[in-house]
Amino acid sequence: MTLSGLLVQLLNGLVDASSLFLVASGLSLIFGVTRIMNFAHGSFYMLGVYVAYTFVSHMGESVGGFWVAIILSSLVVALLGALIEIVILRRVYRAPELFQLLATFSLVLILQDLALFIWGPEDLFGPRAPGLTGSIEILGRNFPQYNLVMIVIGPAVLGILWLLLNKTRWGVLIRAATQDREMVSTLGVNQAWLFTSVFALGCFLAGLGGALQEPRIPANLALDLESIGTAFVVVVVGGMGSIPGAFLAALLIAEVKALCIALGTLHIFGIDFPMSKMTLVAEFLIMAIILVIRPWGLLGKPQAAARNDHSAEPPLRPSLPIFKWCTAALVLALLLVPVFEETFPYAQIILVEIFIAVLFAASLHFVMGPGGMHSFGHAAYFGLGAYGAAILVVTWKLPMELALVAGPLLAVLGALVFGWFSVRLSGVYLAMLTFAFAQIVWSIVYQWDDVTGGSNGIFGVWPSDWLSSTTALYYLTLSIMLAGILILRRILFAPFGLAIRAARDSDLRADAIGVDVKRVQWVAFVVAGLFGGIAGAIYVFSKGGISPEAIGVGRSIDGLVMVLLGGVQTLFGPIVGASIFTWLHDSVARETDYWKAVLGMIILLIVLLFPAGIVGTLSHLWHWVKHHILLQTKKEEASK
Amino acid sequence: MSLLTIDNINKAFGGVKAINNVSFELPRGQLLALLGPNGAGKSTCFNMLNGQLKPDSGSIKLEGVELVGRHPRQIWNEGVGRTFQISATFGSLTVLENLQMVLLSRDKKLFRLWTPAASYYKKEALVLLDQVGMADQADRACSVLAYGDVKRVELAMALAHDPKLLLMDEPTAGMAPKERNQLVMLVKKMVIDRNLSVLFTEHSMDVVFEHADRMIVFARGELIADGSADDIRNDPKVREVYFGSGKSFEAA
Repeated sequence: MTLSGLLVQLLNGLVDASSLFLVASGLSLIFGVTRIMNFAHGSFYMLGVYVAYTFVSHMGESVGGFWVAIILSSLVVALLGALIEIVILRRVYRAPELFQLLATFSLVLILQDLALFIWGPEDLFGPRAPGLTGSIEILGRNFPQYNLVMIVIGPAVLGILWLLLNKTRWGVLIRAATQDREMVSTLGVNQAWLFTSVFALGCFLAGLGGALQEPRIPANLALDLESIGTAFVVVVVGGMGSIPGAFLAALLIAEVKALCIALGTLHIFGIDFPMSKMTLVAEFLIMAIILVIRPWGLLGKPQAAARNDHSAEPPLRPSLPIFKWCTAALVLALLLVPVFEETFPYAQIILVEIFIAVLFAASLHFVMGPGGMHSFGHAAYFGLGAYGAAILVVTWKLPMELALVAGPLLAVLGALVFGWFSVRLSGVYLAMLTFAFAQIVWSIVYQWDDVTGGSNGIFGVWPSDWLSSTTALYYLTLSIMLAGILILRRILFAPFGLAIRAARDSDLRADAIGVDVKRVQWVAFVVAGLFGGIAGAIYVFSKGGISPEAIGVGRSIDGLVMVLLGGVQTLFGPIVGASIFTWLHDSVARETDYWKAVLGMIILLIVLLFPAGIVGTLSHLWHWVKHHILLQTKKEEASK
Repeated sequence: MSLLTIDNINKAFGGVKAINNVSFELPRGQLLALLGPNGAGKSTCFNMLNGQLKPDSGSIKLEGVELVGRHPRQIWNEGVGRTFQISATFGSLTVLENLQMVLLSRDKKLFRLWTPAASYYKKEALVLLDQVGMADQADRACSVLAYGDVKRVELAMALAHDPKLLLMDEPTAGMAPKERNQLVMLVKKMVIDRNLSVLFTEHSMDVVFEHADRMIVFARGELIADGSADDIRNDPKVREVYFGSGKSFEAA
């Protein structure tokens, strides 16, 4: 590595820091005031790139036209943000944290399909910035002029934001609201419009960050999740709600990534470490380290403890006999499905998919329902189990039976490590950390070509001969799913199940009766990881392989939606949720290109109208009917 | 020898000395009330006793075992039960399960994954609930109980591992006057029957003066009085703390 090479990389780091800061500062601002961790922030960034592409293509031939187009694009994004805040987010400010995160995630899905609808699936290369197409020479290397402008914009925006927050009345209100929302509202400030304006400003910054990238990168549909991951990291590292913190963190992360690229491949103890491919891992490692040693970030302040709205949950009761008989009948029906292969040829295939989803959702429910820890990265264990099994079969040539047992052990190992860190946090921070760990797993899988097959994945992982028929695999999956559900249920009724529910209800009381809360939660993480891993391992054999898409953020979110769709407060909920979700996915995705938007709408529907999920809503309804009919008959008796 | 020996503990938050060189002892079988106006350092003292705060200096010994620097969990293991100012129970568990949790924790059986928890310690838990008059509500969820009942469940939980010392932070806060007396009489009975030591803070003076064996009074982080009900009633320093010296109303 030469000095000039290093210098150019460091300058590139500054360029990235600027664009990171623009996105992250908006996210941080929004979180500070509204206490909502906005998953859709990356989508506003992506829309910024797309809208700028359209505007610059039409009016960006002159220097002035270009910059007007950039500002206009940011304003359009801000306007859209304000609209969404008024129509949707205002309704979730009082909802539990988990529902807020999901509501914003539904926006990710909807906005992505909106972009797909307007601009199509192809990458779009926009025109370059007029007057800044050339480059200057730095120590004999070319450095684009436009990048120099980018380097300046970051600190400039920081300065403007500082002035805005410290020298205007509106800025004072924002800072006050960041510290104490209740106090600000008791002073007669119209909170609704304060929130809307902050959300619009945040979206403006995201849109500006995106628009400024227009001459540098092609507009594409993956930009939203790519950027939101990094923006989360920056906000968490810098301290939620702190703008200077976001700047510092953006610098730190961008420069560490630049250094990784500059270092190239390192040779340590005879092993090659391709550092330039470790940028994603490096980024999330920084976040994990910061969260553990300084959970509130570099310049942030400790937040008040997260709300726990769990105590309203009814106690777990053993099933009624009628429910047990219904379950037995259902299992019998499932056992008979292969007999009717001729009539329903597709049934077994979709049912295998459903069984896997059910096991995955049940394992996630274990940790987020009774465990009370909202994992946004359960895909990590699914992925580790899947890749563990696939690598054992393809690379190590182990038989399938052994891989099915040994694969999930990798997930257990992952859960041991990730869980140990995660249980030290709670609320949004725990959600972010689990998300970060899942991203680390994903990026290792994606970037470590030699072992995982990189973006192609691993294929040709088929079951042993005696299990290769559709029917044999059907029975195998059915029995693994049933065993998994029964064991998880058994654990929930055992002393350990009591302990995790107790630790969730009141860690204060648990501590005061000698319960090691962190250890209990850690073990809960590992149990959930094991069953998530089993779901992953069996998935590999049912599909004949695995690729990074199958273990990405999407998988984690699907799991959350399944659990919430069925209802998080019941044990049966996740099973119903997973079945309906998978069936819906299968039937709707075949009919439309806009499955994501449909999924987003479903999530919004759950969050806004049926927070108890399907099973929960039905059970409320049942109690209501029972109550009213009883009352009616009593009244009639009394009148007689 | 005293059960609990507190020797010269100090705690400062920044420049504020919340507890300043406080020492006192608690013998076995005594109901000791900790009094003092707001900001006197009662809660700070309490939180140091149960391990949530660490004193800057000094020692807290339970039968000769040093408690300073120990985790609340370990202090519980040494035989210290506690109740909170705002009752903390497990809302999504039934009353019976709340008690079973404590007993499972006492016998280190929390990590059992197989046999249903319902089959553990049911009788013992019911006996404990009967003592506080909650056995007939054993099957209800804690989250739906009346607040006075939650306090009684919490007391049963705090007593379940047969502690030597019980710490109660405002045990009757939020209760109706009649319930207050019942609860404290219950505690008093435990003190006599089990030779239990109890340290409690309380704002209701009729409860304190009627039931406490002894009382100590804090003011501005210092212990200013220690004695029986009559001693405290007539103590000039205590009067000054609660009623002022009267000088502020004198004509200038």
